Amino acid sequence: MHLLEPRAQPSQIMRWTAPLIAIAATLVVGSLLFWALGKPALASFQVFFIEPLTSSNGWSELLIKACPLILIAQGLAIGFKARIYNIGAEGQLIVGALFGGGVAIYFEGSDSSLIIPAMVLAGAVGGALWGALPALLKTRFNAEETLTTLMLTYVATFILSYMVNGPWRDPEGMNFPQSVMFGDSALFGILLEGSRVNTSVFITLFAVLAFWLFNAKSFLAYQLEVGGQAPAASRYAGFSAQRTIWFSLVMSGLTAGLAGVGEVAGPVGQLNLNISPGYGFAAIIVAYLGRLHALGIVLAGFLMALIYLGGEAAQVSLQMPAAITGIFQGMLLFFLLGADAFIDNRLRTPI
Amino acid sequence: MPPPDPRLQLLHITKRYPSVVANSDVSLTVMPGEIHAILGENGAGKSTLMKIIYGAVKADEGEIMWNGHQVAVANPAQARQLGIGMVFQHFSLFETLSVVENIALVLDEPFDLAALAVRVKAVSERYGLPLDPFRLVHSLSVGERQRVEIVRCLLQDPKLLILDEPTSVLTPQAVQKLFETLRRLSSEGVSILYISHKLHEIKSLCDSATIMRGGKVTGTAVPRDETPASMARMMIGRELPVCEAPAYTGEQKPVLEVRGLSLTSDDPFGTALADISLTVQSGEILGIAGISGNGQAELLAALSGENTVDREAIKLSGEAIGHLDAGQRRSKGLVFVPEERLGRGAVPSLSLARNALLTAHRKGMKQWGLVKYKKAWEFAEQCIARFDVRCGGPASAARSLSGGNLQKFIVGREIMLAPQLMIVAQPTWGVDVGASAVLRQTLLDLSRTGVAILVISEELEELFEISDRIAVLAAGKLSAAQPKAATNAESVGLQMSGLFNATAKPTESSHAPA
Repeated sequence: MHLLEPRAQPSQIMRWTAPLIAIAATLVVGSLLFWALGKPALASFQVFFIEPLTSSNGWSELLIKACPLILIAQGLAIGFKARIYNIGAEGQLIVGALFGGGVAIYFEGSDSSLIIPAMVLAGAVGGALWGALPALLKTRFNAEETLTTLMLTYVATFILSYMVNGPWRDPEGMNFPQSVMFGDSALFGILLEGSRVNTSVFITLFAVLAFWLFNAKSFLAYQLEVGGQAPAASRYAGFSAQRTIWFSLVMSGLTAGLAGVGEVAGPVGQLNLNISPGYGFAAIIVAYLGRLHALGIVLAGFLMALIYLGGEAAQVSLQMPAAITGIFQGMLLFFLLGADAFIDNRLRTPI
Repeated sequence: MPPPDPRLQLLHITKRYPSVVANSDVSLTVMPGEIHAILGENGAGKSTLMKIIYGAVKADEGEIMWNGHQVAVANPAQARQLGIGMVFQHFSLFETLSVVENIALVLDEPFDLAALAVRVKAVSERYGLPLDPFRLVHSLSVGERQRVEIVRCLLQDPKLLILDEPTSVLTPQAVQKLFETLRRLSSEGVSILYISHKLHEIKSLCDSATIMRGGKVTGTAVPRDETPASMARMMIGRELPVCEAPAYTGEQKPVLEVRGLSLTSDDPFGTALADISLTVQSGEILGIAGISGNGQAELLAALSGENTVDREAIKLSGEAIGHLDAGQRRSKGLVFVPEERLGRGAVPSLSLARNALLTAHRKGMKQWGLVKYKKAWEFAEQCIARFDVRCGGPASAARSLSGGNLQKFIVGREIMLAPQLMIVAQPTWGVDVGASAVLRQTLLDLSRTGVAILVISEELEELFEISDRIAVLAAGKLSAAQPKAATNAESVGLQMSGLFNATAKPTESSHAPA
């Protein structure tokens, strides 16, 4: 006998309350965790969630981290609605960074104002290409995209590692696996004096508006949703399953690729092995926490960015392990999925 | 000698759900060997009552007496131990397991699959319900799945057998065979609770009947002494609506022409279609009888465009469309109402407004790739009003509607697309009597406006009520369509079992224009 049975009409209010429940549960379990580590819970939360926001530098860092998360999550949300699970945005981000960074390295020394647009374009193409590969494998060979996207992430990592250890290694970089630092013409312009916030913010802003419009209004988004919710209904209506697969994977690859360019032509400023602190994976949580909704994803992106900042602060001030960031991210996703399970289903009344 | 204790006695059973009282003060008595009908429309509370007896639902009030002793049936396993077997209307089978594995699961005894398979085969053949014990359930048709349910019960030697609408997927001959079986069981002392809304079946089979409406018992009857009309009155509280089929006087031209359609199935357990030919004229309804699993799913997929076929095999108003996909065929005026309403004809979690968009998006609901949701909303509103869909409005999720109302919505949506050709599968499967009559009349009215309609159904009565001509699909072959007046249920039933009538020459079945 199943313990859960589907609800006839899952509550829309609870659907949007679920992220708050997940956050609350994460805080409760988080304080237990702090307590078990022998840290005072309140003071730890102060360090984790409040202190990063007490300086203007903190806020600008928050924005820098939130932007790529939001951008990637927007693309992923499209596929997730159609039940196309791209979990390899990290790889697509890396390939986007490689393509964009490649442009910067090739034109090193040039001060043309076209370099940044060219990098953005190249990054989008690179990410889309890395998303198109699983789409090809799925439509041609019915290969599960959850596996292929994840595996291609490792391929991307190795290509990056090869490039920064080999052809693109900075000759004056003391043998570190990194490229040259990009010149000003290959970096996004700084938006706020004294911070690292740059003009790539506008890419994310544009993406949020575009995806919001796409989700709210477009027929294609409707077709994707039908394909995800009821594949038989999608076939019945004559919607193309192949197009759904291609569109979802290419779009999510494209946004991840853009995020990759945003990093290398922004805060990182070069190609190296640490261009992303797992943004591609964290964006999966952001997409779900934001209820796959363009505006919800914005809020979720800032929360996830705060967890990154808080994790760094906790390492510095509280001497906590680096894993603390991942633990908080994981708890958040776990509690969210748990809450969702009870929104779509209810406990069977004992008979 | 005192009269024997009743096999089953229900005393003042009441079951409340948050929004509805499913059973209110229901009492009934079944004697050993009695075949007792429970008659009522969908939603009358029959199924809840049966689930209470079977231990799947617990009553709020009332008592259950079993062979003269009060019992509390806590769960179905206990019910089976008592000797109660139930064949559900909605099947409880594991799709990924084979027939014999599904049966083994409910037997409370150690089993040996090979030996059990032999028993399954023997029982299934004895009762005219042929089954391959090793086939996986997911590849079985609706009709075949029900056979598994029936055979599963019979294997357990029940003392009381509950059958929920068991004949809806059987041929007339198979119904007669089942009735023989049930009568034999009854003569062996097995009591039978027979849930149905098919009045003539109840009249011919059952010793007594309890009639329910709105969760209450509205009467008891001895079916032999009643007429179907008198029982219908007790069941629905008014006269049974009769469909009217006026003659079509408009222009007659072939709308759908299928010529020599052969197809192997993608499904390893599917049925290949062999040289199917048929014609549907404007203004007529062609009925295709047959039991699911005889190529119905394959034929529907080929006609709707979910599977494409040879270009010339299917023509719509003279234009070859075999190679077009479902969306392209819809654009040319073909609409389709599938057998599965939830998940195929409609997306369960989406609102009716959004479900209107599923196929009606061609009706000016989009511009530059953007959807005009207001138009979809208005379309849904109109559909709800015009076809009397009982629901909370265009915002209601499709899955919150009853089967009959959702079917009215889907049929209505497709009709509002102003089709040339409508293909309908099992139009009234699981729909109550009142809504079924409305749906049939709706199809008749639509055909008389010049639309060609193809209906595939397992319910012969229904086909004889609405069709102008009837053909039979059996083992992937389609018989020649006969005018309704030139055939009858017995001859169609024989063809359903695969024995094509000798007078319908085989050459005619494949080549003669209808």
